[in-house]
Amino acid sequence: MYDGGKIITGLIIFIGLMTFPVWHNGGNAGVLPKQEKPVGKTACVKPTVEMRTSHMLLLNQWRDEALREENRKPFTVDGQDYEKSLMVGCMNCHTDKKKFCDECHLYTAVKPYCWDCHFPPKENL
Amino acid sequence: MAIPKAKELGVNVATEPSMMTGAIPKKHWMDNPVTFKPGNYCYPGKKSIVEYHSKSFPGLFGVPREWEVESDDWKLPENWQKIIFEGMKERLGKFRSFKIFMDCCVRCGACADKCHFFLGTGDPKNMPVLRAELIRSVYRNDFTAFGKLFGRVANAREMTFAVLKEWFMYFYQCTECRRCSVFCPYGIDTAEITMMARELLHLVGVNTNWILEPAANSNRTGNHLGLQPHTFKDNAEFLLDDIETATGIRINSLTFNRKGAEILFIIPSADVFAEPGIFTFMGYLLLFDHIGLDYTISTYASEGGNFGSFTNNELMKKLNGKMFAEAERIGAKWILGGECGHMWRVVHQYMDTMNGELRKTLEVPKSPITGTVFENAASSKMVHISEFTADLIKHGKLKIDKRRNDHRCVTFHDSCNPARGMGLIDEPRYILENVCNKFYEMPENTIREQTFCCGSGTGLNTGEIMELRMRGGLPRANAVKYVEEKHGVDMLSCVCAIDRATLLALMEYWNPNVGVCGVSELVGNALIMDGEQARETDLRGEPLAGMEG
Amino acid sequence: MKHSFLAVIALVLVAMLGAQVPGLKSVFGVVIPWLAFVIFLGGFAYRVLQWGKSPVPFRIPTTSGQGKSLDWIKQDKYDCPATGAQVIIRMILEIFAFRSLFKNTKSEVHSGPKLTYESSKWLWLAGITFHYCFLIIVLRHMRLFTNPMPAFIAALEFGDGFLQIGAPTVYITDLLFVLALSFLFLRRLVNAKVRYISFAADYFPLFLILSIGITGILMRYFVRVDVVSIKQLAVGLTTMSLPAADVMDKIGTMFFIHLFLVCTLMVYFPYSKLMHLGGIFLSPTRNLANNSRMVRHINPWNDLKIKPHSYAGYEDDFREYMVNAGLPVEKELPKASEPEA
Repeated sequence: MYDGGKIITGLIIFIGLMTFPVWHNGGNAGVLPKQEKPVGKTACVKPTVEMRTSHMLLLNQWRDEALREENRKPFTVDGQDYEKSLMVGCMNCHTDKKKFCDECHLYTAVKPYCWDCHFPPKENL
Repeated sequence: MAIPKAKELGVNVATEPSMMTGAIPKKHWMDNPVTFKPGNYCYPGKKSIVEYHSKSFPGLFGVPREWEVESDDWKLPENWQKIIFEGMKERLGKFRSFKIFMDCCVRCGACADKCHFFLGTGDPKNMPVLRAELIRSVYRNDFTAFGKLFGRVANAREMTFAVLKEWFMYFYQCTECRRCSVFCPYGIDTAEITMMARELLHLVGVNTNWILEPAANSNRTGNHLGLQPHTFKDNAEFLLDDIETATGIRINSLTFNRKGAEILFIIPSADVFAEPGIFTFMGYLLLFDHIGLDYTISTYASEGGNFGSFTNNELMKKLNGKMFAEAERIGAKWILGGECGHMWRVVHQYMDTMNGELRKTLEVPKSPITGTVFENAASSKMVHISEFTADLIKHGKLKIDKRRNDHRCVTFHDSCNPARGMGLIDEPRYILENVCNKFYEMPENTIREQTFCCGSGTGLNTGEIMELRMRGGLPRANAVKYVEEKHGVDMLSCVCAIDRATLLALMEYWNPNVGVCGVSELVGNALIMDGEQARETDLRGEPLAGMEG
Repeated sequence: MKHSFLAVIALVLVAMLGAQVPGLKSVFGVVIPWLAFVIFLGGFAYRVLQWGKSPVPFRIPTTSGQGKSLDWIKQDKYDCPATGAQVIIRMILEIFAFRSLFKNTKSEVHSGPKLTYESSKWLWLAGITFHYCFLIIVLRHMRLFTNPMPAFIAALEFGDGFLQIGAPTVYITDLLFVLALSFLFLRRLVNAKVRYISFAADYFPLFLILSIGITGILMRYFVRVDVVSIKQLAVGLTTMSLPAADVMDKIGTMFFIHLFLVCTLMVYFPYSKLMHLGGIFLSPTRNLANNSRMVRHINPWNDLKIKPHSYAGYEDDFREYMVNAGLPVEKELPKASEPEA
């Protein structure tokens, strides 16, 4: 006996599962994140490429230094002092959580746990 | 060939450098050719016997000839490689199992130490995975892209004479017991691979006489030994005398080839002529007489066993067909089968598929005594004696005196085929619990679906490979020894005729104080027959405990 | 083993160098993945259909327990199924719990001789860990292929990263994946039996998958890459809308190595032992009910010309003996000296 029907059904299910993103997206790449820079600012604490891939490392480092080692000395780059802080450092320039955090995090499905402790800035409430 | 004493072999098994004792072979297995020497191979099929089979199946048994295994000239046909190639191609197209088992093995090694031959020999080629690689390597070479591209790196190799010798050696060191397949994550069944390999070997006339001759006998005379009808009848009737001696009653209910009998009873023929099978046979007869069963035994279909199943599916089918043919001829309603292992593999998993066309008027089996309908045999119309007996006991239809087996301390050997090719596991146990007081199980990894082969199944129960058999049977014997030492077990019961022959040799070798019997023998001992004399001995004429004169 | 190791190193080098060549990024990022995926699906289906072309002539389940028998005998329904539903449960247990492997034992011979068997679950543990981690990791990757992302993937992400160690959060599956694979590799080296039977086709997929894991881990934790660009490429692959060239340029080499190794795996898959993924579903010793005596199984090539040696032929051979022994016969003995036809 062949059980051809079962085999073909199984294959169709397999191919259906394997191509899940294709039919889920339905040929629509969706909305791309708009990556903007804060208006009027020219420099960040690190080069753009590095910030784009590795900002989370710096945030972690700052958190550890500030909260666990009580080292709140400002972070100095090119003579410019930056507060070691998400809320009053980063978000000084990158003022808008929606625009500067969520835009990409939502797109890449990253859910940082910053906001487990921090209240998002008021304008976003 | 003299074989070492048990003590010596026991030391060898545990200390000789082998894969079981931790030695690692230096050479790749492909560079380790086999050497045949007396004692490690079965004698080839006699020319006349191969000619006989070739008449029914031209080509399937190769060219009949005299040849010697130890010779470097097996007198193979010139195009033997092509025959193997074509044969493999044909079988890949006919058996999905073969194809999948060639493709899916990941060599996880779960099967490696499950084979009784590996445990007893430590020979790496007895690991089921490597046994399969013997043929898989040729499959890769001939049928897969990677094999063709990368050759040896992809573990592919050409079919050479050395490979053929290896096949003959190791596919006759597999008893198709299926223990490995219980553990394989993909259910790869070496039995299936061995069956394919043996079919291929037969195509080029590489065979063993111990299988072919009984198969030929079975075809012509109805049974393996070639007993002609009158001899078969005489043998069976002699046993009536023995029954009379033991019980004091003369059984008149045994008939042969009787038309109109309700039930055709088919046994492995060994039960009518060889100890201890004959005691099992007496047990059957007592049981049927006890319940007044309307049955008959056929001299034409006097063999339950099917040595064809150790050659190819065609001969298996031909031999098996007699069961339905005879049941129809005598007009039986259904068929009852005796205690036999591979017979039941064939009856349970192959018979109805192969020969269903031959059964026309048989009815769904119904016990005339209890009224139980055997729904599990609704299509094939054949019931196992253990199923039948267990049902009788459950319904209280047997008058039993358990004490009559008190002179025995019994354990039960699950035969490979009923356990792993049928699922007949608890029926015999239920019977044993009801007919004897002293019944002890062997360790759990050696019984039920994990049972160990007797070491001599699939036509390997021949004297020329005795050491191999004793090694292959060691795991079984070792488990028996365990209960012998722990509980004083002195009787190894089973539901298989090959077991009754091979376990006897195995016990004599490893555990000389343990006997072997069929379950029905113990039933026969315990049955209280109408009009019987005070029973002082069992069916073997041995005194019963506490009932001496 | 060395062949397999060198092969994987060569693959890494090909991708590493290839991704440097201007213009080749789209080959490595788009053309090869597409081809590989098509070969994977096509090859997989082809192989399964090839298997399907061969019938299952006999119903040969391995009965790993008590079969369906008398009503009062307890059947091991999932080790010896008698119905389709029971088979499905057996298969689910086999496929999702690796039930047969779970039964694994380790045998040893001691002096005496004494053979011992003990339960051995390491292979099962490493095997099932590896497979489930692989599955979860593949599903997690769907966050890069789907836009918007379905909720169940977010849940997986959360669960997998719930230890909240470091940033980006460590995935539990990443650790277990590498651990399990390393175990499976070391087992092949250390266990003499397995080592003896292993060859290139066993080491290559191990090395390949391990390299995929390592490059992935490097990308997440050490040699970080621009995830937004990667997602644009990944979603583009699923929607046939390819990202602009500058997006490709933002993607680091490590990604192309990772992707190329995955492509290799997809191409290799259908022609290798990895097809056990499909094979397990079709294995006749597992996916059939043990009901051969209850329901007739049909063999499409059953040869009806093969008939048993006939009773008539048998009686012709032995009639005289039978009559003399008082056995009933169909045809009486011929009158004296009349030859038998």
